[in-house]
Amino acid sequence: MPDLTQLSFAQAAAALAAGTASSRSLADALFARIDAVEPRVKAYLSLDRTAVLADSEAADARRAAGQARGPYDGVPLAIKDNLNVTGQPCTCASKILAGYTAGYDATVIAKLRAAGVIPCGRTNLDEFAMGSSTENSGYGPTANPWDLERVPGGSSGGSAAAVAAGEAFAALGSDTGGSIRQPASFCGVVGLKPTYGLVSRYGLVAFASSLDQIGPITRTVEDAAILLDLIAGPDPQDSTTLPEQAGGCAAALADAAASVRGLRIGLPREYFETEGLDPEVRRAVEAAGKELEKLGATLVPVSVPTQKYGVGTYYIIATAEASANLARFDGIRYGFRDAAAQDLMQTYRLSRAHGFGPEVKRRILLGTYVLSSGYYDAYYLRAQKVRTLIRNDFTRVFGECDLILAPTAPTPAFKRGEKAADPLAMYLADIYTITVNLAGICAISLPCGFSAGGLPIGMQLMGPALGEKRLLQAAQAYEQTANLANRIAPLGV
Amino acid sequence: MPSPTAPHAIDVRYVADLARLELTAEETAKYQAQLGVILHHVEQLLEADVAGVEPTAHATRLVNVLREDKVQPERCLDRAAVLANAPAVLDDQFIKVPAVIEGEDG
Repeated sequence: MPDLTQLSFAQAAAALAAGTASSRSLADALFARIDAVEPRVKAYLSLDRTAVLADSEAADARRAAGQARGPYDGVPLAIKDNLNVTGQPCTCASKILAGYTAGYDATVIAKLRAAGVIPCGRTNLDEFAMGSSTENSGYGPTANPWDLERVPGGSSGGSAAAVAAGEAFAALGSDTGGSIRQPASFCGVVGLKPTYGLVSRYGLVAFASSLDQIGPITRTVEDAAILLDLIAGPDPQDSTTLPEQAGGCAAALADAAASVRGLRIGLPREYFETEGLDPEVRRAVEAAGKELEKLGATLVPVSVPTQKYGVGTYYIIATAEASANLARFDGIRYGFRDAAAQDLMQTYRLSRAHGFGPEVKRRILLGTYVLSSGYYDAYYLRAQKVRTLIRNDFTRVFGECDLILAPTAPTPAFKRGEKAADPLAMYLADIYTITVNLAGICAISLPCGFSAGGLPIGMQLMGPALGEKRLLQAAQAYEQTANLANRIAPLGV
Repeated sequence: MPSPTAPHAIDVRYVADLARLELTAEETAKYQAQLGVILHHVEQLLEADVAGVEPTAHATRLVNVLREDKVQPERCLDRAAVLANAPAVLDDQFIKVPAVIEGEDG
């Protein structure tokens, strides 16, 4: 019996269809791999094996009866722990939500269940998705499966690590400023940040509502397309979803090779001239550009002058929205309430003081400040205007090219503790991913090589709003020449 | 309005009060220093020419998505599930909270 955990999400579904694997055997294989590597990787915050086995046996029964819910009925999927799944914890890696049990399914979970996909384990993250290393988890850090001394990136570090370690076929993450793409880059896997509004945010615990999007973390571009097709689409429960119907991304991959011929790929000068860009990353991404050129694409020099404002704009807008969104965590209706409080005000102050971790407090303070009387115009309003400039830049550039190629992160995975004491240095790890969220466009990170030290390097392709098909086509065309798909960190097992 | 050249004179204690966040003296000092550094970086935005530029609050083209104002019971959360997450419950139907109006018993 081959090791089933080596299969991609699509291959796992194919094995079910062929009868060479059952849903139960997929779950058992994942559990065995988790037993072997999870003590070192620590990708998961919780995993209800009993529920997964019950779901997998039910899926097998449906398939045996000819009533499978579709090709993915019975394939397990890891879920970032900031998405509500009925009956499961949803801690957001925060002590303030310890003991919370979700009373409903996020829309993406409901859609996946309708397709038979089995939620299998809740993955670690930076508390409330605030961070770039998963070191800000209230329950301990996750390790990078390629080098256990290093971070997996963040905030969806648990999802990326689980997929890279073979502890999941694929996973869901969320991306507010790079939280899907940057960990995908650090862990040598694929991460897709869909166009804002393409995927419902209902049931995703809000960090920055105008920036948050849910998306897949996978080991192949095909899996990212499949999962996007399953989770996308308008939702009455999220009034910011776009009316466009989901689907067709996986099917569009049949034309991947043809789509690249004549494709104009922009290389933004500012992204390659950044101080702090690791030369190995730069070379790997430039080499990927040359590969795309060989496939028939045309490389076009472009300029995104507002790129330098990305981090500053983001840390005003995202923290402002976070300070409002996290006001709901006040010890009243759910979550941690500090028993030492003597009155209502103390209940708020102490519950939040002892429930939130340091990075969350830092961002609440920053967000509260930029929204406070006397500072609103200088910070928040100005940042919203610069956000318009950033959007305009992308609109103009997408008139000059079809997709943009850039690094996902300026460096490969850094060491645990390396940036923990310097919040600004940590924020600058997101320098290449943040503007995509501010502009609301789509982007994907996929592996484009390894450093001399054996660390994965990711490249980022960005596309205009609702440009997912072309984005995924180009990504898959590159993936097929690069021979970097479906790599699993060996972890000495 | 703060001075446009030095808007990062943040008073962390005051902001923490606004945010309903109890801070230790050690935390206050730490955040005072760290947020000063971050705000200094953010000041880069002062260079950007935003004259006549409209602010962007949201990345989609959508405005005012409306629905009929009627109760959708199937979308209401189950009361028992909601109360199970509450820190304190009264009579299996209320979330018990500290006294909101001074002078009354909690």
